[in-house]
Amino acid sequence: MRRFVAHNARNLITRRRNNLTTCVLQHCTFPLRFLTTTSPGYLSGHVASAGSASAPPITLDTINPKVLKCEYAVLGETFILAQRLQQELKENPGSHPFDELLYCNIGNPHSLGQQPITFFREVLALCDHPALLDRAETRGYFSADAVKRAFQILDQFPGRATGAYSHTQGIKGLRDTIASGIEARDGYPADPNDIFLTDGASPAVHIIMQLLIRSEKDGILCPIPQYPLYSGSITLHGGSLVPYYLDEDTGWGLEISELKNQLEIAKSKGITVRALVVINPGNPTGQVLAESNQQEIVEFCKNEGLVLLADEVYQENVYVPDKQFHSFKKVSQSMEYGEEDISLVSLQSVSKGYYGECGKRGGYMEVTGFSPEIREQIYKVASMDTCSNISGQILASLVMNPPKVDDESYESYSAEKDAILSSLARRARMLEDVFNSLEGVTCNRAEGAMYLFPRIELPKKATEAAKAVNTAPDAFYARCLLNATGIVVVPGCGFGQVPGQWHFRCTILPQEDKIPTIVSRLTEFHKAFMDEFRD
Amino acid sequence: MSKPLDYENLNENVKKCQYAVRGELYLRASELQKEGKKIIFTNVGNPHALGQKPLTFPRQVIALCQAPFLLDDPNVGLVFPADTIARAKHYLSLTSGGLGAYSDSRGVPGVRKEIADFIERRDGYPSDPELIFLTDGASKGVMQILNSIIRGEQDGILVPVPQYPLYSATISLLGGSLVPYYLEETANWGLDIVNLRESVSQARSQGITVRAMVIINPGNPTGQCLSEANLKEVLQFCYQNNLVLLGDEVYQQNIYQDERPFISARKVLMDMGGPISKELQLVSFHTVSKGYWGECGQRGGYFEMTNIPPKTVEEIYKVASISLSPNVPGQIFLGLMVNPPKPGDISYERFVRESKGILESLRRRAQIMTDGFNSCRNVVCNFTEGAMYSFPQIRLPPKAIEAAKKAGKVPDVFYCLKLLEATGISTVPGSGFGQKEGVFHLRTTILPAEEDMPPIMTSFKKFNDEFMEQYEDYRGYSRM
Repeated sequence: MRRFVAHNARNLITRRRNNLTTCVLQHCTFPLRFLTTTSPGYLSGHVASAGSASAPPITLDTINPKVLKCEYAVLGETFILAQRLQQELKENPGSHPFDELLYCNIGNPHSLGQQPITFFREVLALCDHPALLDRAETRGYFSADAVKRAFQILDQFPGRATGAYSHTQGIKGLRDTIASGIEARDGYPADPNDIFLTDGASPAVHIIMQLLIRSEKDGILCPIPQYPLYSGSITLHGGSLVPYYLDEDTGWGLEISELKNQLEIAKSKGITVRALVVINPGNPTGQVLAESNQQEIVEFCKNEGLVLLADEVYQENVYVPDKQFHSFKKVSQSMEYGEEDISLVSLQSVSKGYYGECGKRGGYMEVTGFSPEIREQIYKVASMDTCSNISGQILASLVMNPPKVDDESYESYSAEKDAILSSLARRARMLEDVFNSLEGVTCNRAEGAMYLFPRIELPKKATEAAKAVNTAPDAFYARCLLNATGIVVVPGCGFGQVPGQWHFRCTILPQEDKIPTIVSRLTEFHKAFMDEFRD
Repeated sequence: MSKPLDYENLNENVKKCQYAVRGELYLRASELQKEGKKIIFTNVGNPHALGQKPLTFPRQVIALCQAPFLLDDPNVGLVFPADTIARAKHYLSLTSGGLGAYSDSRGVPGVRKEIADFIERRDGYPSDPELIFLTDGASKGVMQILNSIIRGEQDGILVPVPQYPLYSATISLLGGSLVPYYLEETANWGLDIVNLRESVSQARSQGITVRAMVIINPGNPTGQCLSEANLKEVLQFCYQNNLVLLGDEVYQQNIYQDERPFISARKVLMDMGGPISKELQLVSFHTVSKGYWGECGQRGGYFEMTNIPPKTVEEIYKVASISLSPNVPGQIFLGLMVNPPKPGDISYERFVRESKGILESLRRRAQIMTDGFNSCRNVVCNFTEGAMYSFPQIRLPPKAIEAAKKAGKVPDVFYCLKLLEATGISTVPGSGFGQKEGVFHLRTTILPAEEDMPPIMTSFKKFNDEFMEQYEDYRGYSRM
């Protein structure tokens, strides 16, 4: 069982004071050993002595300190506890006041019963085993347009070999399809040479961080709250996270004044800010940016000379009629900004949307506004891993170019898609209402993405009880919730929040038939918790 | 206005790293291919790209896992053999929601158990699934482990020369130092402990802390298979010098001689018994990309940790969790690879026929290629004992070296570019892997189809003879 509780409990970004490095430790549940992040051996230029038993080469003292520093709350403390409870329930049914765990901690739809899109899986199965296309009897198991699409895709593979490494950026024909999809979405052209297919969107983030970060003097502006891939990768690559706070009172609004302010503060500390990360729709916050807001952001990056890293993996998850997804590429092109004006990295993934294919690890970055030399360097770093998995590449092309109106599968595809999206919207509203009904809890609506991020006013008795067990108050609440109900959420400290405020992230993904159970258990628990700790 | 990310403000480590396998020659070959020239891509170990067919069994299983609605069809047994149906159901039951759900960040526990069982059968010693992590290809695993070890440029990693440039590139990218140890070409690319010791002393005298040693067994690009004695020496050496041993064993199924079958570093370690077997830190890597599977595009790999302390394992797990999980289909391929059809299974005969066919052909092609190269008077080629490559030494006349210099190219790059333009054969120059000063090689794969081998070797010979005629004079060749 992993025990990086200490590292998770270290909240890197709860302090509003402008601490731009990530060495702050709080709420540590482990003793002294974790109060330093540099190893004495490294500092003193330790040379290994002959003979061995005393100091094996990789231990916590000699491991890369950046590895020790980085964290990832989504699979952190609360999740580890949940795994333990799961095991206990298995070995000893009835040992807890619930008979199943309800995982609301991670955006992993299929693990909670969401079904894959049939058409996509048909095409993938045919591409994985093309022999199925050779005989009429086997073709007959699949819809005609899936067969047609599989043939089309296989023709784009040299020798129809789906088991071979592809071009580092991904199969050209698939990138052409994706570029067309981007053009259809945005109304502006896209170049397949700008597309790098990756094993999910996460590796693309690592590549960009690797290029940008030269030392801890390089800073990356990240929203608070943020998805901890960003804080984790910035730490891992030795840079500094420069926080900009989203405004909870205005629906997690992004203010340019706040961006400017944080930029200045960073500069005054000798940090060179290299890029701005924007997650739209937001994670964990779910807000969808207004187009005017996006224009301001583009202008800001252009004027300040920042790379705009646009995490758009939730682009198909918008649940409110008054908001719409606009890609940053479209926004900048509509402002008549091109290659010379703005350096933009746009991320998309097959893990979210209505397809939710997390386990496939499919995604891409679209890279525009960079010099040819840099594009070569991006290619070079990407090529060290040779290429991304082929099945994921195919899926990315299907996601960006799904069945059209006249296709045989269109009706069933649309039905599946609409059912999933409307259900997500319903669940978002249901859970939002529940949270807002709880004492001391307020919750902004989830305009998009897959999460709710309610804010909870914890009574003093509760924060003291948390302190007494060396835990952040929101982590304490999450732990109590888990122990009492089996509901697994992620404490807000893992995403960052205004100091002194507490939140937790809860997904909207449990199936609709589970929601009533969640609602009743949560309500009951919360009342009991407040009864116990109310001032 | 200068761009926010430009060459001047790019991370220096990125500038420094090089990865020749997809470098200059490959890019030129791709250009020529676009222009319509027929290119034979022998630059990378990518069997399916050169006509090797996927094994039937795993593809049937994965198709069923992709489209579970097939399993619901009453007639599925008419289309798919019963054992593929059973396997698909088995793997689906091990996942947390099918192929589309993130698995445990270390990989599906059931698959890791299958790998542990495989390792036990192979080596005769139990293996702990908790210490086996699955990754999107072995390369990602190598990068993760090196990232845990390298703290700065004072940390050195012993790497064989010639080596697979993932190691040099990753060490550069992570800001560490590569400490080379030279394999001895005249001794069949053998590993010399004296050589190793010298490399380490030299590094230490420069203030470098040598942290780990990489062995690639069977070797890439060199193909040599390490003997048990050699492995013992290496293990002892690492133990005495406080090094982690990184055992890249991705070619363990590709063995083309009988004198030195594959033996894993872990088996030798366990056989040694005593304190070393409980203390020597070892990380072993494997993949579905090589062997007779050649499923490069699936990106399925794993690493197994031996004698790594629990807290360190947790840290490595933590970093893995940031990327959530390796791709699930690739994980299933790994499960199938370590747990293939058994005698009595419906698919067994076909599976054996397909695998044997591939392995026996690889063995023949290894020989054809070695002989073909050796038939050229200025080429000396060690036999490919294992892996997928041939690494002939090309002795270049001084005039050729001068011409290369004039063209601003390293001599073997110059030669390989000319070879490409003349014949369409796309190789990787030896300078991409490292070699002794003044000695030149190229790496090609033994993967072209058997029937294409003779014409390829003829084409090479023709080019080489013409090249030598053009550049030869009687002052002699480049030094061996």
